[in-house]
Amino acid sequence: MRWLARGLVLVAGVGGWQLWTSAAGSAFFPRPSAIVARMYHLWFSGPAAHLFLTPNATGNILPSLGRVLAGLAIATAIGVPLGIALGRSPAVTGYLNPLLQFARALPVVTLAPVFIVLFKIGTDMEVATIAFGTIWPILLNTIDGAATVDPVQLDTGRAFRLSAGQRLAWVIVPAALPKAFAGFRLSLSLALILMVFAELVGSSNGIGYEMSNASNAFDMTYLWSTIVLLGILGYLLNALLGGAERLILAWHTDKEQG
Amino acid sequence: MLEVTDLTKAYGRGDAAHVAIDRVSLGIAQGELVSIVGPSGCGKSTLLRCAAGLITPTDGRVVLRGEPVRQVPDGLAVVFQDYGRSLYPWLTVRDNVALPLRRTTRARAARREAADASLAAVGLTGVGDKHPRQLSGGMQQRVAIARALAADPVLLLMDEPFGSVDAQTREDLEDLVLRVRRERDITILLVTHDIDESVYVGDRVIVLTAGPGRVRAALPVNLPEPRDQITTKELPEFVRLRTEVSRLIRGRDGSVEHDGAGQGRSDERRAGSE
Repeated sequence: MRWLARGLVLVAGVGGWQLWTSAAGSAFFPRPSAIVARMYHLWFSGPAAHLFLTPNATGNILPSLGRVLAGLAIATAIGVPLGIALGRSPAVTGYLNPLLQFARALPVVTLAPVFIVLFKIGTDMEVATIAFGTIWPILLNTIDGAATVDPVQLDTGRAFRLSAGQRLAWVIVPAALPKAFAGFRLSLSLALILMVFAELVGSSNGIGYEMSNASNAFDMTYLWSTIVLLGILGYLLNALLGGAERLILAWHTDKEQG
Repeated sequence: MLEVTDLTKAYGRGDAAHVAIDRVSLGIAQGELVSIVGPSGCGKSTLLRCAAGLITPTDGRVVLRGEPVRQVPDGLAVVFQDYGRSLYPWLTVRDNVALPLRRTTRARAARREAADASLAAVGLTGVGDKHPRQLSGGMQQRVAIARALAADPVLLLMDEPFGSVDAQTREDLEDLVLRVRRERDITILLVTHDIDESVYVGDRVIVLTAGPGRVRAALPVNLPEPRDQITTKELPEFVRLRTEVSRLIRGRDGSVEHDGAGQGRSDERRAGSE
């Protein structure tokens, strides 16, 4: 029953928006029905063999998603192992902490000009921006997770003479994972923002590129279509992550439910 | 079997150093069950951790079967007080029990079989696929005991193993330890703050005093085997021993030397149920 009520709230919200935009007739706020029609026409009216995706969709949505995933993959591949290593070496982390905090505090958008010089305009620069921006929540949360492993859990590993590698694989990494996932969740939202930003700065395709075109052409329905599309993508990626988390961290979520 | 000589452990240095145990010496014979009892803060756990090779003593020696203990030796297993923290919540019960076998047994099927056998030995069957937090406290501590027994140790160290379970479960677990000891050729060192428990399970009771921990007395326990939670505790010898241990802990003038070993059990139970 609760999901039904929630669905009704969503329907009511969209319906209200539809009524208001119809009544106002503003050129800046197109009707949701017009946005949905345009989204269908732009991206989802392709042949069944292409999962109904139009060439526009495969040429823009897929590259954008690819950049988000590539950036996150790089951030994870560096952030998690480095975070585990630093979390288990409090002395080293103590020395590095001011540097880490400084680097994290840098607004990554201000580094975009540097990345443009370093990587030229294009996918490399966009992926670098996403990776640099998203590594901090993953790295810092993993450090925290690895540093706060319960001493009894560590003692137990030693008491049963697990090797250093076994303690890493069976004790430290699983114990640090819930916090690493919390960081990953933050990074995912950041990755979408940075993807749009990087594509607005300079790109020859992607959702941000479409936004920039729509904005330059004063095509408000097109612009709103990209905004709604980003919202849907963000929602779907978060849902996917939530599913992965429930699968991998079942032991942890069970505990929270008591 | 196990020889502890002049064992001293101080935390910190110089004037600020806190001496947890001070020149503690004791020996345990093959097959013996020795309980160490004392008030909180008498360094019982420090003593056990030194004996296990988990921490390095400031002074003195620990020798197991003729070999000096410098790190956790072969043939030794530990049951920690806090099963909620020592069992890994991300592993199933079976994988928890099989974990110590990873060192010795390569085949996964053999490890699973050994783990299930060990679980059956502590009266747990059919829970292997569950996660520890799905079990009651008493069952979780049984899992911890099964894990300790899985690698077939010669020496079992138990650090206040039944401190966090209710009274009925505690008695069941005490009897489980006695049964395991009868069935296997295993030597047990059990640390507790519960006077009744120390006398009931022990062949010998070593009484420690607090601040810093020193051996006050070692009392042989001559109670008939097998022990029984009701009839053994009615025996005059049991009553005499528990009174003597109680007096030794409370000090010569009968005052409580530390924070009330007599109340420890009910305090602990309350703490455990939170």
